[in-house]
Order: sequence, then C-alpha cells, then structure tokens
Amino acid sequence: MFSLRNCFSVFIAALTTCAAVVNATPSSLGRPATPAEIKAWDIDVRPDFKGLPAGSGSVKLGQEVWEAKCESCHGVFGESNEVFTPIAGGTTKADMTSGRVSGMVLGAKNAAAQRTTLMKLSELSTLWDYINRAMPWNNPKTLTTEEVYAVTAYVLHLGDIVPADFVLSDKNIREVQKTLPNRNGKTRQHGLWNVGDKPDVQGDKCVANCVKATTIGSSLPDYARNAHGNLADQHRLIGAVRGLNTAGAVASNVTANTPKSTSSTPDPLKLAQQHACTACHGVANKLLGPSLTEIHKKYAGTVDVVSVLAAKIKAGGSGVWGAIPMPAQAHVPDADIQAIAAWLAAGKF
Amino acid sequence: MNDFNSTQMGRLQKAPEFFLSREAMTLSRDDRRSFLRRAFVAASGVAAAAAGGRALASEGDPAILKLPTHSTGLGAPVAAKGYGTPSKYEENLQRRESPGLTRVSAASVSFAPLQGFFGIITPSGLHFERHHQGFWDIDPRQHRFMINGLVKTPKVFTMDDLMRMPCVSRMHFIECGANTGMEWGNVAVPTVQYTHGMLSCCEFTGVPLKWLLDDCGIDLKKAKYVLAEGADGSGMTRTINLANALDDVMVAYGMNGEMLRPENGYPLRLVVPGVQGVSWVKYLRRIEVGDMPYAAKDENLHYVDLLPDGALRTYTSIQEVKSVITTPSGGQVLLDKGFYAITGIAWSGRGKIRRVEISTDGGKNWKDARLETPVLDKCLTRFNFNWTWNGSDAILQSRATDSTGHIQPTMTALRAARGTRSTYHNNSIQSWLVSANGEVSNVQLA
Repeated sequence: MFSLRNCFSVFIAALTTCAAVVNATPSSLGRPATPAEIKAWDIDVRPDFKGLPAGSGSVKLGQEVWEAKCESCHGVFGESNEVFTPIAGGTTKADMTSGRVSGMVLGAKNAAAQRTTLMKLSELSTLWDYINRAMPWNNPKTLTTEEVYAVTAYVLHLGDIVPADFVLSDKNIREVQKTLPNRNGKTRQHGLWNVGDKPDVQGDKCVANCVKATTIGSSLPDYARNAHGNLADQHRLIGAVRGLNTAGAVASNVTANTPKSTSSTPDPLKLAQQHACTACHGVANKLLGPSLTEIHKKYAGTVDVVSVLAAKIKAGGSGVWGAIPMPAQAHVPDADIQAIAAWLAAGKF
Repeated sequence: MNDFNSTQMGRLQKAPEFFLSREAMTLSRDDRRSFLRRAFVAASGVAAAAAGGRALASEGDPAILKLPTHSTGLGAPVAAKGYGTPSKYEENLQRRESPGLTRVSAASVSFAPLQGFFGIITPSGLHFERHHQGFWDIDPRQHRFMINGLVKTPKVFTMDDLMRMPCVSRMHFIECGANTGMEWGNVAVPTVQYTHGMLSCCEFTGVPLKWLLDDCGIDLKKAKYVLAEGADGSGMTRTINLANALDDVMVAYGMNGEMLRPENGYPLRLVVPGVQGVSWVKYLRRIEVGDMPYAAKDENLHYVDLLPDGALRTYTSIQEVKSVITTPSGGQVLLDKGFYAITGIAWSGRGKIRRVEISTDGGKNWKDARLETPVLDKCLTRFNFNWTWNGSDAILQSRATDSTGHIQPTMTALRAARGTRSTYHNNSIQSWLVSANGEVSNVQLA
C-alpha cells in the first residue's frame, strides 16, 4: 500500500508535467491540533487512570446528583430494569475479596436474575469514563468533574463497595480498583480479538450421513406467532414465497397483503419518533418524561391548547412534571411541532 | 376481490397459501392461475371441476387482455421526485425493531429486512441501525476529525481535507456483535430479519486510516492500539488493534455512492472490516494512538461474552464465518411444491468465503451451493442452490467455510464451548423447517 506521501508525490509529479503550478504538499492537508483542542476532546480515561482529571466527589453529593438526574432511568438504588439494565446488585463481600463475582457462574446458588453493571465491572476507569462522556443519557457531558467522581462513588456505594461517608478521588481510586468484585473476572484468551487468532469452535466437514436422526429442540411457541406483527406485511407481494399471515383472521388475508395507502399528511407518531420525543415520552408509560397520555390529560380544556403545547415543546422547560428538564426543541420545524402539539391535544394516540 | 376478472393488483384468489392446513395447500394448488398447473389438474382429471369453469372459459389473463392505465395513459414527469424512493408496492420491506428487545427507541436497534434483499449490497435506507443515544444529522461543515496520542504531530482535519485526499472504495459487511444473540438459549424470533438482520453490506469510500496515521507521524515503536471516538452524545469509544488499523481500516464518508446516511454516522464513520459493528464508530471525531487497550464501556462492560465459568470475554471483535438462507426462511410460505432457488448470504470477518454447503435434510447430507460473484474479503457473498420441494417436511441449513478454513459450527457445538449466555458472536448454522403445509419456521435442532 502506498503511503499518503507517496501517493501525493505521484499525483504532484503528474500535475507538474502538465505545467500546472502546484504548491500543495501532503502536510498542508489538515493542520496541527492546538493544546486547547486536544484538552477539550481527549477525555478518555484508561485502565491505568491515564487521562483521569484530578478531583474528588462524595457519596453524599453523588446521591443528590443521582436523585436529580439518574434515578428516573436507573431507579433509586440502581436496581431498575425499566429503561436500562440494572446497575447495582448481585455482588458480595466475598466477591470483593476474590475479585470474581460468584453469582455469574453457571448454576450458582446466588445467581442474580440479571447481570448488573457492578457484577461485570472489572475496571473502575470504565465506569468513570462512561459517566463522564455519556451520562446523563439525555444530556451527556454536562456533569462537573466533581459530580462524575460523586456519581461513581454513589454507584460503588449502592454495591456496598464503599461506605456512605466515602469520598472518591484521583488519589484513592487505585485502592478502590483493588476491591472491585469482578476485577479478575475477564479474559482475553479467545479467538475474537487479534487478527490471526485461532477460532475456539470449528464446524464439521462431514457431507454425507452426518447425523442419524434430526430432532427439533426448539421452535417458537404458538402464542408468539404474532409477537413481531403480521409477517405477511413484512414480505414482498410478489416472488417465490409470501409472508405468513400471523394475524389470524382468514378473511383478512388478501387485504393484509396490500400496501398501505400513501398519504401526504404526516403521521404525528412518526414525527414524534423522528424527533426523538418518544425516547423520553412513552404513549402510556412514564419514561424520562411524562407519558403522552398524561400530557394530554393535563392540558385538556386549556384555552388555545395547541399553541400552548407547541410553545412548551419549542422552549423546553422543567418543574411542571418534576426536576428533569426537557431540552428546548428549537431545531424541530414549526410545522412538525404544530402537528405534534395538535396530536397531543387530540389525545388519539 | 375473489373475481378472476378483477383488475386489482396482486393475488386475486383467497390467498389460500396463508392457510396452514393441508386442505388449504391443496386448494392453493388447484386454484393457481398457472396454465401449466391447470393443464396438469385437467389432465389428471382429479379436480377439473374445482379448477372451475370460469378459468377454462376465460380467454386468458385480464392483466394481458385488458390494457391497464399505465399502458393507455400518461406517466409522471422527470424529477417528480428529486430523490427517488422505492415503489409503494415495496412498502412491506422496512427496518423494524424487535418488540420487547429494548425499552427506549433511542438506545435500540432496527433490523434490516434480509428476506427481501438480492445480491450483496444493502440499500442505504434499509441498512440496519444501532443507536446508543439517538442519531443526528450533523452539519458536515462543522465536523472535525482529530488524531492525537503517540504521533509526531497531532492534527485536525475538516471534511474538506479528508475528501480532498486520495481515497479508496471497498465493499464490506457490517454485523452487530449481538446479531443472532437472541437465539443463544432457544428460538426467540420468527424471521431472518430478526435472527440475522443486524447485518448490512455496502460500498464504503474514504481514506485508509494508515495513510492518516502516517501523515501524523505515528510512533510505530510504541503504538499498539488506537482508540476511536464518536462526536455524538454517547461519545462511543472502542479500542482497535494496530494490526487492523494499519491494514484495512478506513475513515469513511461515502456509502453506496453517496454520503453516509445520518443513521449510519454522517458525515464520518470508521470502517473496521471483519470486526463487529460497535467498533465502526459513527460521527467519528477522534483517533488516539496508544500503547494499551482502553477498556471502553462497550468492550469491557457491555459487548462482553459470558462463559459458563462466569468469566467474561472482553474485547471480542472478529465476526466469525457465518451464513444464512434468506429464502425460504422463517415466516414465509412456499406457494406450491416444485422448484425453488434456495438463496442466502455468507460472510467471514477473517477473509473470503470459500465454500457454502446446503442441507435440506437437517444436516444429514450436504451439497455445494453456487457462489455468485463478486466474492470479496470481509464482504457478503451471495449463494444459490437449486432445489425441488417434494411437499414433505424439510429442514434447510447452510454451512459456510472461509478462506482460513474455518467452518461454521452448529448451535450445539457453539453451546458446548460457550454455553448459552454469551449474547454475542453467535455464528451458528441456522435451521429453517419447511412444513408440509408450506409454512417455513425458525427451529433449532436438539
């Protein structure tokens, strides 16, 4: 493979022979990054804690931040499975000593129903880095360094890894690392990392009379037949096969397999999905924000309800439904906001 | 709707192929608008009456005899659609979520409708999606790409810079590490869209990362890994092996002849051929060159493969040799006995597909499928196999072998080594049961 420089030399040579005046050199593409730019973006923290900013944060502050910004998704004790998988639970004091979470062993008596973050966590840097770069989910990279330390400490406290009065800092984080319940629970001895690694499971070459009898060990239960919607509507109308009508009623077979009418009126639900409204607002269930049904009920009967809702969507806000703020949606076209507001007002979801 | 003379589009009879009973299949065969079929039925003298006086009395197919509007009218003008869209009759082929798999759609996945694809290229609008924190349509004029770490000169590139550079175009598959992940314990989903649809294959255009690293003066004595980082809320990070980074990894802006779609990382994403999709960082803003793996969340905490002894395989990356039959496949109905082209796709993160074999008897006997060209490195390969269905139960399977000699294993062999809780990297042989009533369903063999 040519290096960039080589490629350019050839290119430039070709142009020069055509008597073109070429001042560009390869190094003129791109420019050196300034120290401030590198500092602004180079936020990653490695397992050896290179990249970790100096600072500290207490479990106490962590709890405050947690209750304001994290609890709605993760639950008061990091146990919630409503939006994301649980964070705390399933680790023991004995695990902290061994560095292996016993509840993850197949058939373990103390096996947790679901693997939590703390059961899997082998590097504290991973937790700190992730909270710092990607949390809170709907407003990432807005926590202060102290708050990131504090939330990390609070998560560790939820797992009984540090006490309630603990203050996590860049000075003691290496010591805490040594107590992580699953710090010895990972392996890189597998064939899926380095190019040229040997696969761990090789298939069979056999081509004739390979198995004596075939027995079906698993198939979809009848009750799940329509769980993914009508499969007839998920296949092409022509060709060698059709999609199976799983909707049940035989009479609907023909109509079910024709395309829906193409309407130019925007579907408000689609707009709400497109603009990520539904990431935080369920139709009937509370997620980060109130459900659409709740919003509809609250504003039913309000004078000029569509304009009121449209203004609220556009400006965002907090305090009406709780402390979690809704960001302003100024980037959403007015026509779409109007359509969504009218849909909310009508309440026919 | 049931009138043979109707000019309505589509199937005109009662669509009996959607029945599940043997009687219904018989009806389907007898009621078929095939002249050959009718001739057969008439000759056999069995169901001549069932074939109906109406068909035999007809002078032919009204789709031929009665000229349709599109033959007698004026069509739409050029540029009626500045950016063309598929026919409305193709509306059934959509990216879809798997109900119950995730709780919020901005941290979810949509599956590509593999059951409807031809060849190896995924149409851009049907490329599978995986977003951890929603997707964005970023102003490319404001997008910046930085290289720092163990390089002589840390640099910043604009999209103008990157698109001015020499570039390459290559076709590669991208597969989520969790593809087929729902099937580790048992059959969980009905169709190939949901079993294998976190898979796409496109032609990508961009600058080989090696050229950019060379341009910044990478310190090859110290460098062992690079970290890729995204500009979106998730700030997605993954460690890439230097061996990959210096081989075929690409900083890509083009996909299938146009710019990347916003759902796929517009205006810049990393292409890491052969490696699971989460490493193909979207909205790529930074590459850091380093000397140790970074233990990012999605290589050290998530996207880790749990073994029976409780150990977690971290940094699992390579997508191993795998194939699947896309037709006939789960949730489909065969219209009749007789000829079918079994078709599907095969791929390997370690190289090219060398061979695909087909079994129609649940793995007892295997015969070679035909590989269609092109057969490329770390790219989907289309295979075809001529088959005549005799109307009895059949279990269809495909088994791929790659250029390193790695053969796709059975689910049983995979479970024996890794248990059932691995979540990721399920490259097992897929089984589709064709039942006598024509219905095809997802099954696993004991």
